[in-house]
Amino acid sequence: MTRIDKNPEGGSAAVTVRGLVKHYGETKALDGVDLDVRPGTVMGVLGPNGAGKTTLVRILSTLLAPDAGQATVAGYDVLRQPRQLRRVIGLTGQYASVDEKLPGWENLYLIGRLLDLSRKDARVRADELLERFSLTEAARRPAGTYSGGMRRRLDLAASMIGRPQVLFLDEPTTGLDPRTRNEVWTEVKAMVGDGVTVLLTTQYMEEAEQLASELTVVDRGKVIAGGAIDDLKAKVGGRTLRVRPVDPLQLRPLAEYLDELGITGLASTTVDTHSGTVLVPVLSDEQLTAVVGAVTARGITIGSISTELPSLDEVFLSLTGHRASAPQDAVPTDTLEEVAV
Amino acid sequence: MSAATLAPADVKPGADAPIPLRAHLRHTGALIRRNLLWIRQDPESMFDALLFPVIFTLLFVYVFGGSIGQSLGGGQQAYVQYVIPGLMAMMGMNMAQGVGTGFNQDFNSGVMDRFRSLPIGRGSVLFAKIAVELLRCLFALTVLMVVAVLVGFDITNWPGLLASVGLSIVFGSALMWVFLTLGVLMKNAQSVQAMGFLVLMPLQFGSSIFAPTNSMPGWLQSFTKYNPLSSLADSARGLMVGGEVASHLWVTLAWSVGLTVVMAPIAIHKFRTKS
Repeated sequence: MTRIDKNPEGGSAAVTVRGLVKHYGETKALDGVDLDVRPGTVMGVLGPNGAGKTTLVRILSTLLAPDAGQATVAGYDVLRQPRQLRRVIGLTGQYASVDEKLPGWENLYLIGRLLDLSRKDARVRADELLERFSLTEAARRPAGTYSGGMRRRLDLAASMIGRPQVLFLDEPTTGLDPRTRNEVWTEVKAMVGDGVTVLLTTQYMEEAEQLASELTVVDRGKVIAGGAIDDLKAKVGGRTLRVRPVDPLQLRPLAEYLDELGITGLASTTVDTHSGTVLVPVLSDEQLTAVVGAVTARGITIGSISTELPSLDEVFLSLTGHRASAPQDAVPTDTLEEVAV
Repeated sequence: MSAATLAPADVKPGADAPIPLRAHLRHTGALIRRNLLWIRQDPESMFDALLFPVIFTLLFVYVFGGSIGQSLGGGQQAYVQYVIPGLMAMMGMNMAQGVGTGFNQDFNSGVMDRFRSLPIGRGSVLFAKIAVELLRCLFALTVLMVVAVLVGFDITNWPGLLASVGLSIVFGSALMWVFLTLGVLMKNAQSVQAMGFLVLMPLQFGSSIFAPTNSMPGWLQSFTKYNPLSSLADSARGLMVGGEVASHLWVTLAWSVGLTVVMAPIAIHKFRTKS
């Protein structure tokens, strides 16, 4: 994990956003967003579906014009200097944006040529990046035949061709299984190690914790909290306790029982049938101990127990006093829980 | 953090850098390579260019050839000489329609976002698409001429034949801008196809492509007279088998230039601004 402490020189920010507004009809996708990302750091933008994260990334990568406000990337204005801006950024979208009909190598070679590399340099760079992202063996196969993780890695490789100063990762692991997600995280960490500035959007506290040093929490197009990730974690204070009873039939009774006792954190207890666990939000060591005590007193045998970072819901509840307000049905809860391993 | 605007020092001075012509050519070349690789990956995408000329030639020559030929005063053979230049005019149009659907699918894939986030002229993507479609068109026209000779078409004027091919290509590329615009504007490939069909059918059949217009009712004759496809078909006919050329040729070229001048900037603009 790369943590860069406060840059003493100050230096101009890699990304600056001031009062950014974007409306789609009645919907305010962005409603006056301010943001600064210091060079060489990873800024996580955390929020539920529909919070405006993708709109922000699309504006910063010049795919979309804002209705009001100002934004610069590496000092280039998104509206006035889009071509120079495009030369210094890399973009990995929510859905892998590779050409599925082209082989992996051809995908990278094409991007290299479009970035004005010579034929030779484009070839060398394509080979290099395929090697680095462990895709050499699949280089000649159409990207459409790749697995989800391979496609995401090819996408990352494509966004690295031009040695960008600023990299936008829009929900880089949404829809990936936990093992593949770890692979992508490893790659992103390596890229950060090379000194790239990253703006990462995510729905998962876990992912922000893994990759980002600073966090901006957005909801309904507004920034609702921001700061160093450790400070925010301390502010949220909570953890999620994951309890797996030996008998799966005990799952729901256990969750209901803990909710009735009212000894848990702000969000309610949830059941993850996929892994056969109950997720219990806790705010303190005392609460954690109390929950374990309650489970034992109830006579339920525990197969395993672990703690992890608070869920998005818990983060929102403690920062704002309400749940993440965007359409939660768009984020199936089982995905959320499954991904929060 | 809450300052409403950025200090001037935060933004680099100067206007945006222009893209040199050589870079435009390089980008277009790289994208042409991409579109050619698509064909290699998916050879079935050439089926229409192969089958269209074969099916239409056989259908028209053997189904309608006898009776229309009689009215031309020479039976089926006379109709072959009449309809082949017409089919040549039609081929450019049909290939052009395919551009819209193909581009619509391409546009809705994530890779377009990547192209649009790169420092390239956004027209390059469209120029590359048209270049490869024109190659497909040339292939279809070659197939057409092979079938034409097999059903007895008599090539009397080789320079005229080549000039007709050139003219179909020019007019076809002008039409491609129209269909590219549709491809960018419409939601999905099906609606582009339906729209293309609605435009194409009346233009194709309400023209001098398949039959002489003198037996048509007056109102239809006025339509066919101003239909650019009639001019294109009549130019090709004049060039390949003889007859009036110049007036039809000028009308066809005027349509080609007019469509390109109007539609190309619209297509590029829509492509640039669509999000």
